[in-house]
Amino acid sequence: MRMHRRTLLALAVFTGLTAPSMALAADDTIKIGLLATFEGPFTVLGEDGERGAMTAVAEMNGTVAGKKIEIVKGSSDASPDSAVRAARKLVEQDGVKVLVGPLSGDEGIAVKDYAKTQPNVTFINGTSAAQDTTLRDPAENFFRFSTDGAQWMAGLGTYAFKDKGYKKVATVAEDYSFPYTQVFGFMAEFCKAGGHVPSKSWVPIGNKDFSSVIAAIPEDVDAIYVALGGADAVNFLTQYQQGGGTAPLIGGSITVDQTVLTSKGKLKEVLKGTPSAGPTADTNDAPAWKAFVEAYKKQPGAFPSPSLFAHGYYVDMKATLLGLDQVGGDVSDGGKKLRDALSKLSFDTPTGKVSLDKNRNAIADIFLTEVTEGADGNLLNKLVKVVPQVNQTLGIPEDEFMKLGAVNRDNPSCP
Amino acid sequence: MSLAIPATSATPQQNWLEKLGAGHIILAVALVLYPLVASDFFLTQIGGYSLIFGMLGLSLMLLAGYGGMVSLAQITVAGIAAYAIAILGNNNSSILGLGWPWWLAVPFAVLAAALASALIGWISVRTEGIYTIMITLAIATATFYFAQQNYAIFNGHSGYAGIRAPVFWSVNWRDPRPFYYLCLGLAALSYAAVLYGSRSTFGMTLQAIRDNPRRMRALGYHVTAHKVFAWLLAGVIAGLAGVLLVWFNGRVSPGTIGVDAAIDVLIIAVIGGLRHPIGPFLGAVVVVLMQTFAIDIVGAERFNTLIGMVFLVIVFVSPDGILGLWGRIKPHLAQESLRPGP
Repeated sequence: MRMHRRTLLALAVFTGLTAPSMALAADDTIKIGLLATFEGPFTVLGEDGERGAMTAVAEMNGTVAGKKIEIVKGSSDASPDSAVRAARKLVEQDGVKVLVGPLSGDEGIAVKDYAKTQPNVTFINGTSAAQDTTLRDPAENFFRFSTDGAQWMAGLGTYAFKDKGYKKVATVAEDYSFPYTQVFGFMAEFCKAGGHVPSKSWVPIGNKDFSSVIAAIPEDVDAIYVALGGADAVNFLTQYQQGGGTAPLIGGSITVDQTVLTSKGKLKEVLKGTPSAGPTADTNDAPAWKAFVEAYKKQPGAFPSPSLFAHGYYVDMKATLLGLDQVGGDVSDGGKKLRDALSKLSFDTPTGKVSLDKNRNAIADIFLTEVTEGADGNLLNKLVKVVPQVNQTLGIPEDEFMKLGAVNRDNPSCP
Repeated sequence: MSLAIPATSATPQQNWLEKLGAGHIILAVALVLYPLVASDFFLTQIGGYSLIFGMLGLSLMLLAGYGGMVSLAQITVAGIAAYAIAILGNNNSSILGLGWPWWLAVPFAVLAAALASALIGWISVRTEGIYTIMITLAIATATFYFAQQNYAIFNGHSGYAGIRAPVFWSVNWRDPRPFYYLCLGLAALSYAAVLYGSRSTFGMTLQAIRDNPRRMRALGYHVTAHKVFAWLLAGVIAGLAGVLLVWFNGRVSPGTIGVDAAIDVLIIAVIGGLRHPIGPFLGAVVVVLMQTFAIDIVGAERFNTLIGMVFLVIVFVSPDGILGLWGRIKPHLAQESLRPGP
């Protein structure tokens, strides 16, 4: 008897070690990796991204090209290391040939670098929106159907200068590649229109105490541009309001997103009237958007309106499924056919038409918005204007755009 | 804490095979043959990663188990070596990257880590117990923020990417099998060194200082010097682990050396057990397996809860970790084997 037990144990261990090769055997399912942040300060954002991706899966009734879709999840904590570790596990252990994700800026750059070492796996972005993920040194097998953070700012700089009449704006943003990209997108237009940005504050992700940042903002600015996400945005806005700050705000895309707008507290008064821009607008009247909102709300724990993370993951997952459908779910050739299909893919999303440029980055509509209170007391992003089909170079010719230099803390500058 | 170290009863008749012990030989054979059954993923992501974190846990075990100094800064020391490799060697982040060959960069990185460790030890050596934990935690946190906000040297939140493990003797050391054996070799070396060191004069003196520093001082021993030297040795092991870590990830960023990672190392050492150098390696295997596969068992929302529960259960059942668990089970097994067969 004892021998039996030992043999069984040995067998169990052995099976565990060789399981990955056996797991590939099933032929009537397609495995798709879903990488999002389920830990750390961006957890809420990651969970909503998952809802978006699952909305796209539900729309196809969980099947593509006659095969069942199996979603394998991986979690990061928004640090590039953890994103690569999770991606590696999904690709090398779970054997996914298609991976959707990650969520945040530096993660995207790290996963793009990893993608270069896995030429037979197709990577489709989640909502990661750093410019350099696709603009400089892109990977052949990394696609982004959601737009980047600079594209999301299309129209905002001009609107703040001309319509709102802000001439001097200070910026407060998190200290990594995505907020750099957002500030770049805002300032590209704002500086061109004649505005000045006398001070830029960069704060680490997960910062709790913003008092020194608030104290460093010059007194004479007309408005403050804030690009903070999740818990950071709530902390900053609360402390700014409690500190008696009165300057009007301009919002980065994720600062006035549903992940922040739905938080409890006295933020309402501070946020009302804040102009922003991004890939979605809550009061969009288009039937496609309304249908998407209804489908999204069926997901457990959904917000009153999908955040841009739900939207981004939805669009990227939808593109993945459309691409897989076109090739009949066949990725046995190392995904070559799938990548060809994806590069040519152009389709209608809830927020308008999406197509890819030569770097496999999306060209899509961007929405200029303003925060208002909805009928039921929830804060919403009211649609002000649609900027149609924004490309990654923001309409500037490519060689001229590249001369603006890589996005970083000091670029651009117009004090 | 009073930690009983098994007395060495080496008699001259023992040959080297007996001295090594059957357990060590079986373990060594199993680890050397592991690549025959393991997939590439299990080789690097589980095997290699466990060995690297086991080495980090080992450097903490050396300090805490023999010296009574619980440090939360071991990941910081490893991070210094990792950043040194990124800065002295090649990276693709277009910042620094002096392009030194690996055989120059690695000794420098390990030396820098060891010196940094000695410095941390020198700062914290006058404190005891919880104060050592606090001061090393403060150093770890400060280093994390320094790396995150310093762009000229550390490239901020993004850190360094595109770091390659070297290719020499026409072997690419980042390939799964060579990398596993590299980790195994360095881990075995560190393990043997700690085991040997614990029975040396210095090791005995260190343990005596742990048990009664005042008496040792009265006997004429330089207590501070012994402790700082222990930090230097722990720094060498953590530095080697840091070099492996940066080759493993291909990148290093403040996330690598954050407080979460520092606490991971402590958890590894605690749930593994601090009585014997094998403890941290056992703990590392459990932690790495849990962190990798918990998400498959309970889904994305609750997997951290499961990880926490398993750790709680281990510490609840056996306060001195998995090693203590083994110590408790062993007599029962021995009893069973005495019974007549069925």
